[in-house]
Amino acid sequence: MIMRRTSVNAIAMDVTPYGLSGIVYGTLLNQRNALDALGAAASQPPYQAPPRAPVLYIKPRNTLNGPDGAVVLPADVPEFEAGATLGVVFARSACRVSARDALEVVAGYTIVNDFSVPHAEYYRPAVRFTARDGSCCIGPRVVARLRIADPDALDLRVYVDGQLAQQGSTRDLIRPVRQLIAEVTDFMTLQAGDLLLVGVPAGAPRVRAGQSVAVEIDGLGRLENAVVAEAVAGSGA
Amino acid sequence: MRRARVAYAGAIHEATPAAADAVRLADGRVVSKEGVVWLPPFEVGTILALGLNYADHARELDFKPQEEPLVFLKGPGTLIGHRGQTRRPADATFMHYECELAVVIGRPARRVRRATALAHVAGYTIANDYAVRDYLENWYRPNLRVKNRDTGTVIGPWLVDAADVPDPGQLALRTRVNGVLTQQGNTRDLIHDIPALIEYLSSFMTLQSGDVILTGTPQGVVNVNPGDEVVCEIEGLGRLVNTIVGDAWFGR
Repeated sequence: MIMRRTSVNAIAMDVTPYGLSGIVYGTLLNQRNALDALGAAASQPPYQAPPRAPVLYIKPRNTLNGPDGAVVLPADVPEFEAGATLGVVFARSACRVSARDALEVVAGYTIVNDFSVPHAEYYRPAVRFTARDGSCCIGPRVVARLRIADPDALDLRVYVDGQLAQQGSTRDLIRPVRQLIAEVTDFMTLQAGDLLLVGVPAGAPRVRAGQSVAVEIDGLGRLENAVVAEAVAGSGA
Repeated sequence: MRRARVAYAGAIHEATPAAADAVRLADGRVVSKEGVVWLPPFEVGTILALGLNYADHARELDFKPQEEPLVFLKGPGTLIGHRGQTRRPADATFMHYECELAVVIGRPARRVRRATALAHVAGYTIANDYAVRDYLENWYRPNLRVKNRDTGTVIGPWLVDAADVPDPGQLALRTRVNGVLTQQGNTRDLIHDIPALIEYLSSFMTLQSGDVILTGTPQGVVNVNPGDEVVCEIEGLGRLVNTIVGDAWFGR
């Protein structure tokens, strides 16, 4: 298995800090339609109540993948869910940032396609489903913050094999970008180059080996990754 | 061999034990243990932590032991070293330590079987994995606001080579708060032992050198308050000391 620790270095970034740290935090159920899709279940056991604070998860370093990397579908799962989202890149240490000032700590924005093994329950951390090698595709570039007029008004489109499979918008965030940054940095400091994913809309497409997934976000370009089958165990080293 | 990373006189150094109250820096200087700033003892990669991995602690929290390991991830910002300070938010009513054996990966592990799992271990250290239970929510529980707070994970003081820990499955753990013994356990009571955890984790992800597994905590967690000194001790690994401070120290 080839590790992809250097893959994020291939992502173009012409603003400070000129590179990603490799630390990636994702936000669960921050798109209104994603929470709505759970319906009454969000208020029933095991959850008891909808989230009060942002629900975060971590994409660890073994998951990092670049704009040109293939996504390897593990042999033990039939399909991945392709989680398209806006990624916010931090310019400097961000601790207890107010919502009003939140964009001042932002270096820029990029596209992230956060692949995971589909799972219907969110009660326990889903590391076995979300931490697969090479499952966090980032890129193709980090676009400077000042080039994006409003991060809360970006349309997002996902294509599977060229066919439109999902549409969403950052207009539909439960916690808009500024508010999310304020709530997250109240209890954990983010550092220069860290990446915060704002949330995947409902209806994320499922993909199999042999398919190709492209994500477009207004002003950020297009991130396209091929999904390939894992090589059969025992055939190599 | 045991190694620490410390800051001293304007630089970061690898350090080894010298006399009882001193450490030896790689450049030859021997300095007081009190005169250095203790950092996490190695470059920490992915932090994998276990919940409810001792049957007695699971009972204490009124949970059934897990059939599949309950794993959660932590980010680098939560780490501090030996003798560091952990902030207790003023609105918390129950914040507790968790003394845990930390297993440090030394070479990449992918689909490793338990029989050979320990060959992927570089060494061991102590972790104190604080939780603020007031912030628990039932979404990806334990959620990051409980378990990934700044200063919430103390680690060190030493990375002890695996060769110097003949049986990591037979180590006594103890926590004292202000000198009073509050937590006792032994790694023999792990529900999922170290080889099982490496086999499980490497079945779905590649573990890399510097990744660390915090194996969970036994029963005996109690609330701590600003001013408390918390000492976590593991047989053969040393004593990890840390103090609790209030919001005011952080300008809140």
